[in-house]
Amino acid sequence: MQRRSPTRRAFLGSSALAGAAWSACQAPAPESTADTASTGTLGSPVSRYGQRSPFENATRGVRTTLTPEAASSRTPLDETYGIITPSALHFERHHAGVPEIDPANHELMIHGLVERPMAFSLEDIKRLPSVSRVHFVECSGNSGGEWSPAGAPNVSLSHGLASCSEWTGVPLRILLEEAGVRPEAGWILAEGADACLMQRSITLEKAMDDGLVAYGQNGEAIRPEQGYPLRLILPGWEGNTNVKWLRRIKVTEGPQYVKDETSKYTELMEDGTAWIFTFEMDAKSVITRPSGGHSIGSPGFVEISGLAWSGRGKIARVEVSTDGGSSWSDAELQAPVYSRAFTRFRLPWEWDGAETVLLSRCQDETGYVQPTRALLIEERGTKSAYHCNRIKGWRVAADGSVTSAEV
Amino acid sequence: MRKCRTVPILLLSLLTAQAIGAQTYGLGRPLTADEARRVDITIGPEGRELPEGSGTAADGAQVYEVRCKECHGDLGVGGDQAALIGVPEQLKEARPIKTVGSFWPYATTLFDYTRRAMPFEEPGTLSDDQVYAVTAYVLHLNGIVEEDFELNRETLPDVKMPNREGFVRDPRGQAGE
Repeated sequence: MQRRSPTRRAFLGSSALAGAAWSACQAPAPESTADTASTGTLGSPVSRYGQRSPFENATRGVRTTLTPEAASSRTPLDETYGIITPSALHFERHHAGVPEIDPANHELMIHGLVERPMAFSLEDIKRLPSVSRVHFVECSGNSGGEWSPAGAPNVSLSHGLASCSEWTGVPLRILLEEAGVRPEAGWILAEGADACLMQRSITLEKAMDDGLVAYGQNGEAIRPEQGYPLRLILPGWEGNTNVKWLRRIKVTEGPQYVKDETSKYTELMEDGTAWIFTFEMDAKSVITRPSGGHSIGSPGFVEISGLAWSGRGKIARVEVSTDGGSSWSDAELQAPVYSRAFTRFRLPWEWDGAETVLLSRCQDETGYVQPTRALLIEERGTKSAYHCNRIKGWRVAADGSVTSAEV
Repeated sequence: MRKCRTVPILLLSLLTAQAIGAQTYGLGRPLTADEARRVDITIGPEGRELPEGSGTAADGAQVYEVRCKECHGDLGVGGDQAALIGVPEQLKEARPIKTVGSFWPYATTLFDYTRRAMPFEEPGTLSDDQVYAVTAYVLHLNGIVEEDFELNRETLPDVKMPNREGFVRDPRGQAGE
């Protein structure tokens, strides 16, 4: 993983070449001279809330449906850099729309098997000891299209129901201890304040371990579509357990078997039984550049870059193949590598202009290795729908165009 | 000598604090029993939280006609939204059909979800009697209860769903108990 290819230094020295290779994907750059950009024209004044450049147009992928309030939008992972997803591009999955909540009227109630049923205002919660942590959130239905051999044509469609933010809030343990959890408790139920009062049962063990009641995302208040003013963050657990618009926690003995942990978000096996409470997201990686829909342009230097993450800890290793899996090279992992967070990997590559397939394969700190589609199907059959984390391939054609490869 | 006396006292006070679970920060306010009761709407599999009220499938047919049919179709199939009718054998088909009848392990879940989240555009607007009735109707369409079976807080938890034994805890073995 730390090994550097002998040619890497040479690549690093040729950044001009790197720029040229990528320019084919974009509009031709104007001849750059020192005085074209701003000379003679005064720029815009300071402003109270910044906007991105009018030349940037990355957006979430949205599909037309009968019920856009119970739908999802996808992060364009190939148009994000580093490991943080811009809040405005964080994927969405709502079950009954985005509520508008005035924080002055919002409380988090904690009741059930506790010594002291309590309600905390936002003011209370912000006075308590806080932490900031970088974590991904991934819908367990992410990559559902990858159960098919070819998979989705681009990385937004194939992996865009995952995003990564720095979350700030109060450890859930602190709030539960303030209410005093009774010894017979084993689970909690978390409920949101959206129209359907979305809810999930969560083990008390997880809640006390690293559950976070978050009010901050990437340095500002959580966006409405991410749960403003409060959401649960359960690092590494399937997206919808990270209940948004969190308003109530009931401490219970056992799970409640609510709709979204029985009829949905369970994995059907070939024999007709289903796995239930499949909380952790397995390790997964995907090359984001170049990826489906891109065009490399001319042969030469191309940096291969992508994201890897695991619901069980840190990413330990990412290998990349540029020859359809015949050989693999360790990609460089961007430091620091956080637990249960996006990890950026990069590998310098000299494309010779021949058709090939690019693959990535990750391993997390538990030793778990991202499986092939065949292995995943061997373990789970083809009906489980959720939790697809198979290796994804991108075919580079001789003309430089990139499409999804059957792997 | 002094130290020896302090340690047991400190230990004792820590243990006491843990047993009583004293607050550390003194923030937040007590939630009254009344407030807790009002929001305590999640119905667990034993049905302890079920409200007063009742309904039969015959009553529920009326509710379904007005509030549910547009999305879920005549008799619980053929609508734009989820089909409600089926049997567990359909879970083994090439394209499995996961419905209330074929898949859901607990009838309490159907009551809970209908009451909190349905109808989609007006969630939470059915009365408890209406929720009991339309729950009875959907169960009846699945052949699980008779048309005149009265669903209430006593009878609902005893309804045995066909796929009750169809779930196994995550065998990946890293979550939960």
